[in-house]
Amino acid sequence: MGGEEERRPKLIQGNEACAEGAIAAGCRFYAGYPITPSSEIAEVLSYRLPAVGGTFIQMEDEIASLGAVIGASLAGVKAMTATSGPGFSLMQEHIGFACMAEVPCVIVNVMRGGPSTGLPTSPSQGDVQQARWGTHGDHPIIALTPWSVRECFELTVRAFNLSEKYRTPVILLMDEVVGHMRENVVLPDPSSLEIFDRVKPSVPPEWYIPYEDTSFGVPPMAPFGEGYRYHVTGLTHDVRGFPTLREDEIEPFMARLFRKIWSHLDDIQTWDTFQMEDAEICIVAYGSVARAAKRAVLEAREKGKKVGLVRLITIWPFCRRAIEEALKGCKVFVVPEMNMGQISREVKRVVRGRGEVLTVSKALGRLLTPNEILEPILEESR
Amino acid sequence: MNEERRLIYHYLRHDKKFPHVWCPGCGNGIVLGSLIRTVHALGLSKDEVVLVSGIGCAGRLPVYVDFNTLHTTHGRALTFATGIKLAKPHLKVIVIMGDGDATAIGGNHLIHAARRNVDLTAIIVNNNIYGMTGGQSSPTTPHGLRASTSPYGHAEHAFDIARLVEAAGASLVARGTIYHVNLLDKLFQRAMEKVGFAVVEVISHCPTHFGKLNFLGDAVESMRWMAEHAVAVERAKKMRPEELQGKFRIGVLVDRDMPDYQSEYEKVRKRAMEGVPYRIDPQEISKMLESHQIY
Repeated sequence: MGGEEERRPKLIQGNEACAEGAIAAGCRFYAGYPITPSSEIAEVLSYRLPAVGGTFIQMEDEIASLGAVIGASLAGVKAMTATSGPGFSLMQEHIGFACMAEVPCVIVNVMRGGPSTGLPTSPSQGDVQQARWGTHGDHPIIALTPWSVRECFELTVRAFNLSEKYRTPVILLMDEVVGHMRENVVLPDPSSLEIFDRVKPSVPPEWYIPYEDTSFGVPPMAPFGEGYRYHVTGLTHDVRGFPTLREDEIEPFMARLFRKIWSHLDDIQTWDTFQMEDAEICIVAYGSVARAAKRAVLEAREKGKKVGLVRLITIWPFCRRAIEEALKGCKVFVVPEMNMGQISREVKRVVRGRGEVLTVSKALGRLLTPNEILEPILEESR
Repeated sequence: MNEERRLIYHYLRHDKKFPHVWCPGCGNGIVLGSLIRTVHALGLSKDEVVLVSGIGCAGRLPVYVDFNTLHTTHGRALTFATGIKLAKPHLKVIVIMGDGDATAIGGNHLIHAARRNVDLTAIIVNNNIYGMTGGQSSPTTPHGLRASTSPYGHAEHAFDIARLVEAAGASLVARGTIYHVNLLDKLFQRAMEKVGFAVVEVISHCPTHFGKLNFLGDAVESMRWMAEHAVAVERAKKMRPEELQGKFRIGVLVDRDMPDYQSEYEKVRKRAMEGVPYRIDPQEISKMLESHQIY
């Protein structure tokens, strides 16, 4: 990309924007397995990556895909994969490995209806809690949800930056609407983007302790083959990377794994607000549903209802502060979702009885309408 | 210390808390010794070797050696190895797996790594059983024998790992045993020198589980069995089929030259960088279809 030609508006899809964002973020390795509605990401990257000296490989399944991605990342190359629900289920094993071994990588899940084969390929937001808890064992996770084509690009870049900065897998939770929707957009100039690359060790190899705690909480990461020979494992390990069963080594490891995310929430969490200044009713939405929610806000305002929108961009860790701030003016929360109520649980957990949480939970394989979101609002204030 | 021990010592990790996890009589230590001697003989530096493993007794092997080491998930070692090799082709990527690891949970990855002909060395330590979890049957447990999950005799038939990977497209297929150690060194060397997917099946044993359940005696007895039943491929060629009954061949079983994945993908990169659409003339297409052999 680059040049005047590229700065003109282009009619592109969310999936294409995601692929372009990956290239701009410095991703040079993609491994994946075909599944709609994410296939275009693979198709674009199979075309684009080799042209920039990168590698695209179609693997035998999604487990293999994320395995190859982690391998490439350990070798020092930014890597990603993309999938949808059934493939995301298969990837859980290696999401856990990437958390445990602290390997940066980006996993895109363009959500479609589930469970199982579900509704190919109609939109859904049914994998939100799976993104949080899908892999076994305790672990923090970062997940982002774009609502527009341009944001698919921006959040893909951000997903890479966060994964490199915090040595953690980052999940980009798109939905079928956002993935397939076409918008006329001007993508950011890649040279204007802030790109974060993982910190490499600055000490000589004999001083390198691969999983040593730092004040930031994220140890520098040496790529394979550059003289820093160390051990990487999915077993709980000590600071040198060697398996351990010792309590005095397990405890600091688990503490750091969580601390490196929880102590940087200001950097990780982002959300957007719309007409929240005087709002008494707050809609909490994310992804494509937030578009319908924004419309619902405008329509409610026309009817004289003081409604605002909190749009979650970082969906995990859950933006508690966004809700706390809304609680200053709002006593009613409406959470519309294309699932049976996965994020409304989180909103209820934060609100803790200090307000009412109404849900619009529909897993019907279609986008919610502004009217469906308005319904409980109009009933509430009747 | 004699020279051999000094060599091994040089490659081991001394900050790793020994003793190792393996049972007395286990074949994994022999495989590790052979691997170290081979890396040394080939003059590979520790920095350029990446040793990748899956889960199981063989999966614990990398942690003891001073290479770039990666202990992955059960059955998936080849997928990680593929990513490493494609990202950094100059690295020498060696994958060590057990029979359950490579052919049950990782069976799909094994055949596809072979089909792609990724330039990897895959060592499969075959002890016919799941050792670490307590002696359950694996895809190489012989029919009729006992395992902790086949107390009435194993109802399934076993894979022949060498034939499986040969059919899947591996460039080099070899079989050795933990008894024939000099041969094992040579086979590892051949496999690591080969460009393309190279598999060495190492016939090993598990005196703790498989041996005990099937009354095969201790480690020495089962190695004696290997000595009596293994036939070098060169000798097997001169033997009649009835003489080969009940025996198994050791040595290089398949060695063929085929372009590896990396060099094929390099062509893709070149075309992509030139930026001209990829067109094939119709005659080329029919040639490609003809060379796509199926029986």
